[in-house]
Amino acid sequence: MWDYSETVKEHFYNPRNAGAVEEANATGDVGSLSCGDALRLTLKVNPETEVIEDAGFQTFGCGSAIASSSALTEIVKGMTLDDALTVSNQDIADYLEGLPPEKMHCSVMGREALQAAVADYRGEEWSDDHEEGALICKCFAVDAVLIEETVRANNLKTVEEVANYTKAGGGCASCHEGIEEILAMVFEEKGETFDPTADVIPAVESTPETLVAGATGMTNLQRIRKIEKVIESLRPQLQLDGGDVELVDVMGDTIYVNMTGACNGCQMAAMTLGGIQQRLIEELGSFVKVLPSTEMPKTAAGV
Amino acid sequence: MEGIYLDNNATTMVDPVIVEEMLPYFTDQFGNPSSMHAFGNKVGFAIKKARKQIQELLGAEHDSEIIFTSCGTESDSTAILSALKAQPERNEIITTVVEHPAVLTLCEHLEKEGYKVHYLKVDAKGRLDLSEYQQVLSERVAVVSVMWANNETGTIFPVREMAEMANRAGVMFHTDAVQAVGKIPMDLKSTKIDMLSISGHKLHAPKGIGVLYLRRGVRFRPLLRGGHQERGRRAGTENTASIVGLGKATELAMEHMEFENTTVAAMRDRLQEGILDAVPYSFVTGDPDNRLPNTCNIAFEYIEGEAILMLLNKQGIAASSGSACTSGSLEPSHVMRAMDIPYTAAHGSVRFSFSRYNTMAEVEKVIEVVPPIMAQLRKLSPYWDGDRPLDEPEKAFAPTYA
Ligand SMILES: Cc1ncc(COP(=O)(O)O)c(C=O)c1O
Repeated sequence: MWDYSETVKEHFYNPRNAGAVEEANATGDVGSLSCGDALRLTLKVNPETEVIEDAGFQTFGCGSAIASSSALTEIVKGMTLDDALTVSNQDIADYLEGLPPEKMHCSVMGREALQAAVADYRGEEWSDDHEEGALICKCFAVDAVLIEETVRANNLKTVEEVANYTKAGGGCASCHEGIEEILAMVFEEKGETFDPTADVIPAVESTPETLVAGATGMTNLQRIRKIEKVIESLRPQLQLDGGDVELVDVMGDTIYVNMTGACNGCQMAAMTLGGIQQRLIEELGSFVKVLPSTEMPKTAAGV
Repeated sequence: MEGIYLDNNATTMVDPVIVEEMLPYFTDQFGNPSSMHAFGNKVGFAIKKARKQIQELLGAEHDSEIIFTSCGTESDSTAILSALKAQPERNEIITTVVEHPAVLTLCEHLEKEGYKVHYLKVDAKGRLDLSEYQQVLSERVAVVSVMWANNETGTIFPVREMAEMANRAGVMFHTDAVQAVGKIPMDLKSTKIDMLSISGHKLHAPKGIGVLYLRRGVRFRPLLRGGHQERGRRAGTENTASIVGLGKATELAMEHMEFENTTVAAMRDRLQEGILDAVPYSFVTGDPDNRLPNTCNIAFEYIEGEAILMLLNKQGIAASSGSACTSGSLEPSHVMRAMDIPYTAAHGSVRFSFSRYNTMAEVEKVIEVVPPIMAQLRKLSPYWDGDRPLDEPEKAFAPTYA
């Protein structure tokens, strides 16, 4: 049996807003093909204010699909359409006090139903851009399609790189065989052979110059300032959750940070680090690795 | 433990009589059967007795044909890998699309290593086409591995006949009989079955003990090499207490064989009839005319299995489902898909599997509890309207799929 939170069970046993809304003027029908779950969301939207006055769901799916649908309707009731569109699948999962990684797709389906219903109300065509594959990494809920796409887009060569980019394989490591298989498949498409024993070949020669300039033409100082700025901008969010982060050092492509408070030491820390890394990669336009300062080489740390 | 346990194909309770029988082998008689002292002097005899008991249940010609392993999965792997190792010139395998993962996952892995695997298909009732089988039997095939009875539907395959066919073609035959042993009478000496897998925990012995039956004279290569245990065919110090437990379990299974096929089957039949009568849009999957006496698998249309199980569990009833969501994979059961059950039904398939410890009173309770649960979930279903499905449900509700 799944390890469902009490809130998930509560919403499953006593679903809120089950059934179709009378006088609904927005309907979103979505399903997850791989999983077989499907959901119809109906909304009654006030045409003057665009406020969602009522919401109802009908779900063909498992316990967490029903609970996610119930949570979704509770969350969006009373919201304007624009506000409702900002509801993420993580918001739905958080509302339910978490979902098992295998079940995160249930919350994704909720968000998609909402987008589809809003599109229906506005007379737009909604199409889904997210394809879902078999779950590979159970620690961080990463599926095969995401891994495959990331490997292709970034020309990844090793399991370690996959973990850096997607988090997959960064936890218990039992999915490394699965990740190697994906790498081998993508390599084969390119007519190459995957060598699991190969070390990461740096994309650019790691001379001091290239490290300074990176791929983005920034000076070292500019780059560090930028990193500082990105980390500063993430702090308020973390502080809200009772945590914090500070920049400790930058060594080439590796950025060391100090996590404190609620973020420290739990699985969330790894998730958060992954999130920070993602933001930094986007902002800097080149690959960096974010590690906790505890992993700093002793000599470099000066102790 | 309060509650109604109808998930005996997943695993069974260890019979208290069996526990009693096992206990001395944890304490007084803990010695290694290979040792030359008093702490283990009874152990060797106990293992010998268990081997005899199992030989009897299987109708094997010799007790040395019984090899103790750690589980059904190990027996399956040992059998298939042994056949490949012993006949390196043969690189094909025949199996079916509905095998247990213990066989299927191994076969898929072997494909990656270059072996060719023929997966026999099944029809809508889960039955094989023996002419398709005949066509792929050749001298390139190292082994046929076909389950005796399916764990999800209870459907029985004609393994005796299939073993004859393999034998005529000069091909080794293995059967995963994990679900069949103890429920179907067997007499292996009068068949052409070369290898057969058993798992203790399906017949009221503990988990973590299995048997590979290996017909005398069949070429064999061990999976585990090491000590001389099991005549060098399966190294590793014997799991003495569990072996004793499995021996006793097979003895009890022999005694209850008739009970299983009359009383247990009658409970199963009553449950099936009671549910089908009370719940519209439900049907039996698999081949009801040719299945294990303890199993029935019912598909409830337009609702999903995990949700059903959670509500059953709340009422103290344990069953299992072929829904994707109960397995952690995203696919509904490969057995349901192989039989081409529409996904609106496959996801709602529920397996009820009995043992001799169930009672008719429990059956009546389940018949009472099930219909309102299905009604409750259907009320939530987008395919459902009032007391029936939407007209042309899969057209009336056709979501955008991701
Ligand atoms: C048909 C079949 N084969 C093999 C197995 C695996 O047995 P074990 O759990 O002892 O490895 C099972 C049980 O799960 C089964 O039902």
